[in-house]
Order: sequence, then structure tokens, then C-alpha cells
Amino acid sequence: MQRIGVFVCHCGTNIAATVDVKAVAKAMEKEPGVVFSTDYTYMCSEAGQTLVQDSIKKYGLTGVVICSCSPHMHELTFQKAIAKAGLNPYMLEIANIREQCSWVTKDIKVATEKAIVLARAAVAKVVLNSPLTSGTTQVTKRALVIGGGIAGMQTALDIAEAGFKVDLVEKNPSIGGKMAQLDKTFPTLDCASCIVTPKMVDVGQNENIRILSYSEVAEVSGFVGNFDVKIKRKARYVDEDKCTGCGACTEKCPMKKIPNEFNHNLNNRSCIYIPFAQAVPKVATIDPRYCLMLNKGKCGICSKVCQAGAINYKAKDEYIEEKYGAIVVATGYEQIKVDKYDEYAYSQSPDVVTSLEYERLMNAAGPTNGHLLRPSDGKEPKKIVWIQCVGSRETCDPTKGPARGKPYCSKVCCMYTAKQAILTKDHYPDTDLYVFYIDVRTPGKNFDEFYRRAVEQYNVHYIKGQVGKVTPENGKLMVQGSDLLLGEQVHIEADMVVLSAAIEPSPTARPLATMLTTQMDTNDFFTEAHPKLRPVESATAGIFLSGMCQGPKDIPETVAQASAAAAKVIGLLCKKELTNNACVAHPNEMMCNGCSQCQGVCPYGAITYVEKEFRMPDRTTKVRRVAQVNEAVCQGCGACTVTCPSGAMDLRGFSNQEIMAEVDAICQ
Amino acid sequence: MASNYEVTKDEILAISGVNPLKCMQCGKCSGTCPAYDEMEYHPNQFVLMVERGEIDKLMASKSIYKCMSCMACIERCPRQVEPAKLVEAIRLAVIRKQGQNHLIPDDVPAKLDPDLPQQALVSAFRKYTK
Repeated sequence: MQRIGVFVCHCGTNIAATVDVKAVAKAMEKEPGVVFSTDYTYMCSEAGQTLVQDSIKKYGLTGVVICSCSPHMHELTFQKAIAKAGLNPYMLEIANIREQCSWVTKDIKVATEKAIVLARAAVAKVVLNSPLTSGTTQVTKRALVIGGGIAGMQTALDIAEAGFKVDLVEKNPSIGGKMAQLDKTFPTLDCASCIVTPKMVDVGQNENIRILSYSEVAEVSGFVGNFDVKIKRKARYVDEDKCTGCGACTEKCPMKKIPNEFNHNLNNRSCIYIPFAQAVPKVATIDPRYCLMLNKGKCGICSKVCQAGAINYKAKDEYIEEKYGAIVVATGYEQIKVDKYDEYAYSQSPDVVTSLEYERLMNAAGPTNGHLLRPSDGKEPKKIVWIQCVGSRETCDPTKGPARGKPYCSKVCCMYTAKQAILTKDHYPDTDLYVFYIDVRTPGKNFDEFYRRAVEQYNVHYIKGQVGKVTPENGKLMVQGSDLLLGEQVHIEADMVVLSAAIEPSPTARPLATMLTTQMDTNDFFTEAHPKLRPVESATAGIFLSGMCQGPKDIPETVAQASAAAAKVIGLLCKKELTNNACVAHPNEMMCNGCSQCQGVCPYGAITYVEKEFRMPDRTTKVRRVAQVNEAVCQGCGACTVTCPSGAMDLRGFSNQEIMAEVDAICQ
Repeated sequence: MASNYEVTKDEILAISGVNPLKCMQCGKCSGTCPAYDEMEYHPNQFVLMVERGEIDKLMASKSIYKCMSCMACIERCPRQVEPAKLVEAIRLAVIRKQGQNHLIPDDVPAKLDPDLPQQALVSAFRKYTK
């Protein structure tokens, strides 16, 4: 006979203000199996936990029901607490009377009624619970970092420093990411290249880091501690080990009119190319879309000039498979496409540029060698207008058509605009600069001071208002906007317009999230396990988040999060073994009919089939094909139990019998 | 005879279907508006004044006849607030009152211009009269 104790938590006023906790505790006294029922202000506090532990001893409890917050929050806390008092941790049930009850209504009567029903269901289940024991699995002592920007590089370096092997996958030919394309960084104005390229070299030289550039994650299976990942190594038609990065091939390549992605297509590169001088790995890559040899079988010049014999036109995409203990996502961001904003004339004039394009135009290694020139006629611009919030802070009412932009603030635009304006004025003091803004957002150390410098020291004209339209006219850009503080419409004859376009997650992020079975929000940013307390972990065990893929952030925040993610990975890889989930599936072999449906639905590949000999009622033996569950691999998702047509598959801790008892209790 | 009936903010919101609380006062409507200089109250102010309930001032203002209903503000508003629909709603509230037609047929001959398209006249009647 089970002896159940029920503990109803007030959660301060979170629960108690909406649910009559005393009434819940009182109602539970009458439930079958319950020998003790009480309420307390904060059940998760030390005093609350002691109350539970003392009651276990005093009343000889065999099972415990806690009516409190979501089990996501404190199931582990209470499992540990009852284990200390000698109970099996799986003899605990949590009735979620906060998130699913007190927080969703203000009606005390219905909330109390629902809390009683939820508590009753938990009691009905805990009576049927049986003690479970967890197994353990080994941890593969290697991490995978997806994305080779500043976030991925920092994470990889920190993990490698701790002595673990790291594979860094980057889709482009070189690591470095967006930061390698920036000119200077706010608010200190130190040169982005000068701080990011040494980091790239560190990554390249670290013996624990293997860079898999020009590669993409193709398949992911497994689970925390034991992920199996298939990585596609795209054919670069150049042997990475032989290429010395001398660049002779890039000079001789006859195809020289290929848009240069690294410079945002502001100039051209050759078909065989090294993206930029400081690329890591510094090896050439043939762009298969344009190569004459690959497409027409004629040319072969790069092969002739290559002293190292590194060119291989017959190269094919290759797949490598590797095991990892942890995966870090650092897929970064892109700027949104601004050509859908017809009013800003981005498609009509080359002198309307995005802010990232402007970075390249100012960068000493950019298409103009750092000399700020208009893309249209190569003249120095005298009057430049910045437009803030292009595609940021836009909302969508689905009944009024699709939104063009994003509902969130992109966070970095206000600061990089001030930076670009200051740098422009520094190099070209006779320029006239205007910034149209909705709000100037500068939370951060030395951020507002920096913005004020742009205004006070550099006389950048900040106009509160937005630009309505930009019209190219006689080689100029006619900018019409509002000045809300003066209550006037302003017209500026500008030479260039810079659009501070919204940032959005990399388009590679969503397919990756599907592969990793982890969560994203509606904007395709990865969702952290807890917005406050677990900001670098995803909800999927063993998957961690680093940088812009989780939300807009600047470089220092990205680096901080990258190191935090690395710390979490190191904490995981340090472990000798991981405790498995005890709530795993197990088949009733006598009922299993060998149909294999469970094997087909199992997302973890935990189910196999074996031929097994069974004694039949007539004393003969028969070989039957039955399901077997690898308990180390099973994550207890329950897909097999609902698929099994004969009802042979059951989940420990969530058996069909237990679930039905809960349903019955609710329907009473 | 104009009645003493006062048009309320709620009525304007109901006629227009606009929620002025969505407006973040970015000023893009006012940066866009081709009739800006003609107006006493500019499109962004218009939204704010409706939100504050200053319907009488708007109804008395000539601004409501300066709006050309080009809908550029609706097209470009990043919050889908639709300022032109508020202008339209205020204009309707005015002309629906007895004797408040802004254009009467007798005035038309004097305003005729060989370059004026027929369509403009028809749409003016639709906008300015009951």
C-alpha cells in the first residue's frame, strides 16, 4: 500500500493569489493513498524541502506529490530532495498548478478547481509509480562547433584550451565570419581585422582544433554525449594540404568578373580565389559555377601554374562521419534583403548601399582600398544620409498583408551608424552627414558617450524622423524625410544613402535546427533553455548556442556568450559518464508481433529487432522476432509506445496504465 | 443644421479599423506624405491626436481635405497603422453631418479645368460629399 504525501506550494503569491492552496491541500487529504497533505509558501526553499524530507520520515511516505511550478523548473530539485530522504527519485510527481493554472486565469474559483484536478491526477499516477534506476553512458570527448565567425572561433578556442578536440565547421572557404569584413569596432574604434585575424591564426594553429571549411553539417543523430554527425565537405577542387596559398592561380585565372562576396559584390574576383588576404585556411577554392574547365572542359590554366600540383578538377563532394559529445551552434546572421523597400531606391541606384557594404567601402582592404568613393562614379561623396531601422521594429498584422521587415530591434545599428559617421568625418572632415532615427539606443559601456561624440565633436546631424522616399535624380539622391522635432518635412540632396538594414538569422539556421531537433522562435533565432538562467543552452541536451544565432548582439556580448557556451561544453566533456534518462521504453516481448513500426518512428535509433526463442503453451519452442530497446540511447519520447499496434511497447515512468489513471482522475 | 452630437474617438477607431497605439512615432508617414506642407496637422500628429482623443480639433482642421488619399503612408508604415484611414474616418465624420458637404455640384462649373480628368471629379465627390 502506497503512502502518499501532497505538498501544495504558494510560490509567494504566484499561485496563492489565484489558487486557494489550503482548499487544494484539504481536498487531497481524501484522495486514496494520501496520508498527509499540507501547503507552504516556498516549497523549493530549504525550509520547504526540509518539510518534505521530514514528512517522508514522520509519515513513512512512499511517494510524493508537489503541486507547484512546471516540472521543467524544479522537478530535479525535488527529486534530489526526496532521494536524500531515502525515496527513489521517480516516486515524485509534480502537479503544475502555476504555468498551467494560476498564471492563465484570474478566476480564483476555476483556478482552485483546476488545481485540485491536476493534484488528483498526480496522486493517481504516483500511486502506480515504481522505483526506477538510471544507467550511464560514456561521453565522446570531442565537440563540434557549427559556424566559424567570431562566436564559433571563440567557443572553439576556449574548448580547445581546456584540452578537448574541436571540429569547427564553416560553410565558406575561410573562417572569420562577418567580423572579418568590418572596418572598425564601436565604441573603441579598434580595427576589426587587427583583432579578428590573430584569432583566426590562433584557431588555425591550435592543435586541438580541426577547421572544416567549405563544409556543411548534413545529418545529425544520437544524443547528448554521443552525437553522430555527417559533414559534407564541398569539393573545392584544390587539395587543402598541397595548396600553399601563393595566389599564382588567382592571378592567372582568366575568369575575373565574378562578383566578390567578401566585398558584398562591390568588386570582382577571379573564379579560383582566396576570399581575402588573411583567410584561414589560406587555400584557393574554385567556384564551380563559373570555372571553364569544370563547365566546358577547356582552360586548365590554374592547374598549369600551380607549382604545388594542388588543383584537382575531378574532386567530388565528400562526406565524413564523426562522433561528438557536444554541439555548439554559432551560425550567425545576415542583413535582410533591402530591395523590397522600393522607397529607398536600393535597386535603382548603386549609391544606395547597406551598412555592411559601407563597411567594405571604408575598409583599407576593401574594393576602394579604404578610399570612400561613390560606387556609381568613383567620386568622393560630400553629403551622406543614414536611414535607421530599415526593416527593424516592423510589425505584421496578418490580415493586412505580410510584413517586409522584422518585429525586433536589431540592436547594433545605432552604434555602428555612429561609428561609421565618426570614421567618415575623421577621414573626410568636409562631409555633411545626416542620420534619420526613430530612437537612438545606446545601452552599453561608453555607448552613449560615443553617440554624443558623433553629435557634439563631429557635428553629425541627427534628425528624429524617418525617410519617406529616396529618388535618384541627375546623379544625386533626393532624400525626403520628416523632422519630427521641428515639425517639418526635410529634403536633402545627398550623394550617398546608407541603409541600416535589419539583421536576421542565417538562412542555414532553420534546416540545422530541424537536424538538431532543437527549438527556434518565430524569427528563426534559436531558443535558449531558459531566458534568464540558461542563456547558452538549447532545450535539447548537449546542444549549445553562441552568438547572433540566438538573438541580436554586438561583438563583446557575442564573445561573452561564446565563452559561456564553451564553459558549458567543457563541463559536459569533463564528465566521466552521463546519467541516462530512467524513463525509457521497454517492450513486452510476449505481446510484440515483430512489425517493426516502432523501429521506424524512433528518432534516436534506439530500437533493434532480434530473433528470440520462446516457449509456447504446448511446450514447443518457437523463434519470434521481437523489439529490443537500447536503454542508453532511448530518450523516452514515447513515439514507439503510441505507434505500437499491439500495445507491447511501454514507457517507464509514463506507462499506459499510469497515463490512463491520470486521465481517469481528471475525468472523475 | 449641424447637430451637437460629438464624434468620439471610439467611433473614429471603429470607422477606420485603425489601432493608433501601434504607432511608434517614427515619422515615416510624414516623411512620405506629398501634401505635408499643406497640412496643419501632419500624418504622424494625426495618429497621435486621435490616440489622445483630440477629435474636435481634427474635425475642424482643413488638413483633412489636403490629404490626397494616395495611401503612400499606409504602404510604407512599418507598423501597419494606416494613417490615411484615420484621415478618411475623420472626413467621413464631418461630412456625414447635415450640410457639411465639402463639395456641392453648383461649385463644379467654376472649378472645371480642361486638364482635370473626369475621374478626379468623381472621386472628389466620393471623398467630399455625403
